[in-house]
Amino acid sequence: MDVIIQDIGFIIGTTLMYSTPLIFTSLGGVITERSGVVNIGLEGMMYFGAFAGAAAAYFFQDPWLGLLCAALGGAFWGLIHAIACVSFAAEQIVSGIAINFLGAGSALFISRILFDGATQTLTVVDKIPQPLNFLFGEGKLFPSSGFMDLVFNRFATVYIAFAMVFIVWFVLYKTKTGMRVRAVGENPEAANTLGISVVKIRYGAVIMSGFFAGLGGAAMSIAVVSRFSNTLISGHGFIALAAMIFGKWKPQGALVACLLFGAAKGFEIYLGAKGVPVASDVLAMLPYVITIVVLVGIVGKTVPPAAIGKIFEKGGH
Amino acid sequence: MKFTKSDLKELFIRGPLGLTIFSTILGFSIGAIVLAIAGFNPAEAYWAIIRGIFSKPKYMSYVIIYATPLIITGLSVAFALRTGLFNIGAEGQFIVGAMTAAMAGYYFQLPMIIHVPLCILLAMSAAAVWGGLAGYIKARFGVHEVISTIMLNWIAFYLSNWSLTIKSFGKQGTGKSYMIQETARIDLFGQWKITEAGIDFIRSHKILGDVLKSPVNIGILVALLLAFLVWYILNKTTLGYELRAVGFNPDAAEYGGINVKKSMVTSMAIAGGLAGAAGALQVMGVGHKIAKLAIMEGYGFDGIAVALIGNNTGPGSVFAGLLFGGLKYGGSKIQDAVGAPTEVINIVVGTIILFIAMPKFIQLVLRFKKG
Repeated sequence: MDVIIQDIGFIIGTTLMYSTPLIFTSLGGVITERSGVVNIGLEGMMYFGAFAGAAAAYFFQDPWLGLLCAALGGAFWGLIHAIACVSFAAEQIVSGIAINFLGAGSALFISRILFDGATQTLTVVDKIPQPLNFLFGEGKLFPSSGFMDLVFNRFATVYIAFAMVFIVWFVLYKTKTGMRVRAVGENPEAANTLGISVVKIRYGAVIMSGFFAGLGGAAMSIAVVSRFSNTLISGHGFIALAAMIFGKWKPQGALVACLLFGAAKGFEIYLGAKGVPVASDVLAMLPYVITIVVLVGIVGKTVPPAAIGKIFEKGGH
Repeated sequence: MKFTKSDLKELFIRGPLGLTIFSTILGFSIGAIVLAIAGFNPAEAYWAIIRGIFSKPKYMSYVIIYATPLIITGLSVAFALRTGLFNIGAEGQFIVGAMTAAMAGYYFQLPMIIHVPLCILLAMSAAAVWGGLAGYIKARFGVHEVISTIMLNWIAFYLSNWSLTIKSFGKQGTGKSYMIQETARIDLFGQWKITEAGIDFIRSHKILGDVLKSPVNIGILVALLLAFLVWYILNKTTLGYELRAVGFNPDAAEYGGINVKKSMVTSMAIAGGLAGAAGALQVMGVGHKIAKLAIMEGYGFDGIAVALIGNNTGPGSVFAGLLFGGLKYGGSKIQDAVGAPTEVINIVVGTIILFIAMPKFIQLVLRFKKG
């Protein structure tokens, strides 16, 4: 019985750990798309963030500075996407594809220069801490590797991610700024008439999406693992994008979807560790199948922001 | 038909070709600036790429081999885009095609003349189903193809890895499938190259011998044929006209009596079939097997770049595929030659696409120049 409880704890803990990078990035997706700008470049922004976070944490020996640099790095690519999409009326999906090449390319370019030709950083010694260990001492609050320890004693990024879900929800639905973001995403012409600056709101939203995607990358490179490598992100940004749509463009919905993807990873790792002869590839496939089935099932109920992907030109048309 | 000066101006400056050329120039310029900032001589680095492509017949042959799958995945993305559909799923369709070809190539024992086309056709069919599925759930349930194809990419990824756990197909413990039969391979002179006569030939013939050192195969011919077919279907058939009409304005097309939903499925199925052919040719001409995927290999994602740079046309994809193939192969040389990171290539390609995404920028710059 104890073993089973411990195993459940292990699965929940791993789920939380692997969901976190997705939650950050997915929130970024929610923010930009609610303002009406598609951001398929989340992958590239996350990739760059993962690198910037690990490199900064390595050189400054401070994970928090790493996290900050990751967010700023992601935000930089958000700015580029915003310039293209908002100021130059770019095809948003195409610009996003470009950002994916640029984010990954520049991360590896800088990595090779800073780390002696390698496409990975050196190991980060000072990872994102586990705050409960910091506050109470390791194994003091909960017995080590017990259920409570496995579930609740996680990296700081996990708690931050959950807090961010709440904060983004609050800002989007309970503040003036959030209302403006949603208005711009639904009907930019009307918002403009009401004196809301569509350009400013969209710039802000797209830059924030990069900021969050960068955090997501760092949550991977300096918390889940302790270095950036060229294979680390491989598709997580796209999964976060899917989670955002699965979650119907809502922060809380995205959270649930990210937990689903994380849980699949959690089970995969658990079964792998136990050597259970269940086809782990089939299991790994499940969340993607479920996503399609759910999207097909909720036809008509999932409505993206009305002005999504549409170019807004002041006084244009 | 006679081109006037203003026609040419329209084509080059305002038109798609001008956009591509200006974006490409800007892409290489930004790449040069990045190299210079990092302390490398851009001229030396670019020269290393050019030498890496053209200095030996073998290199040029490798560029063509690198370009082949990119041309075809480019065609796949381009075809769907002409119907207004964004095929992010070329990656997964490629994987499905590769897996199907590896199976058909290994399990069947047939004469080459049947085996080769059968493998390609089966791979294309399987991948067409994969692509068509995304088209169907868009048409029937309104699920955006970008999202469904991203999901289908991952399902294909794990399906391919799972297939290697089948005992008769995957060599257990190696993470690879069994090699396909000789009759399913499309290498040129594959067997002959390792005979004594072949080795002698390679030694004594400077140019041809050097070319034969690379895994030459007929893939590029298939790629060119497919590029022609894409051009033909899009521009010379009713089907192509209908698909393009849907891409241009779905509401007007519907009003004009075109079945928009059917067009979506057809377009995605053809796009899927194309990407599947790319996967099949890669297995039959280069790898002769599939291996456990640790990450997405990127053939489909690179195909998106190829399609966009090639302005979503058949011939455009051929040129853009060769450009990208050349940059990928030649770019891999600059690390050794001048110590500059190979990934400057991704920065160049990304920048080109970024500028292609915003024709307005180029127009502004040109207008500004004119005064």
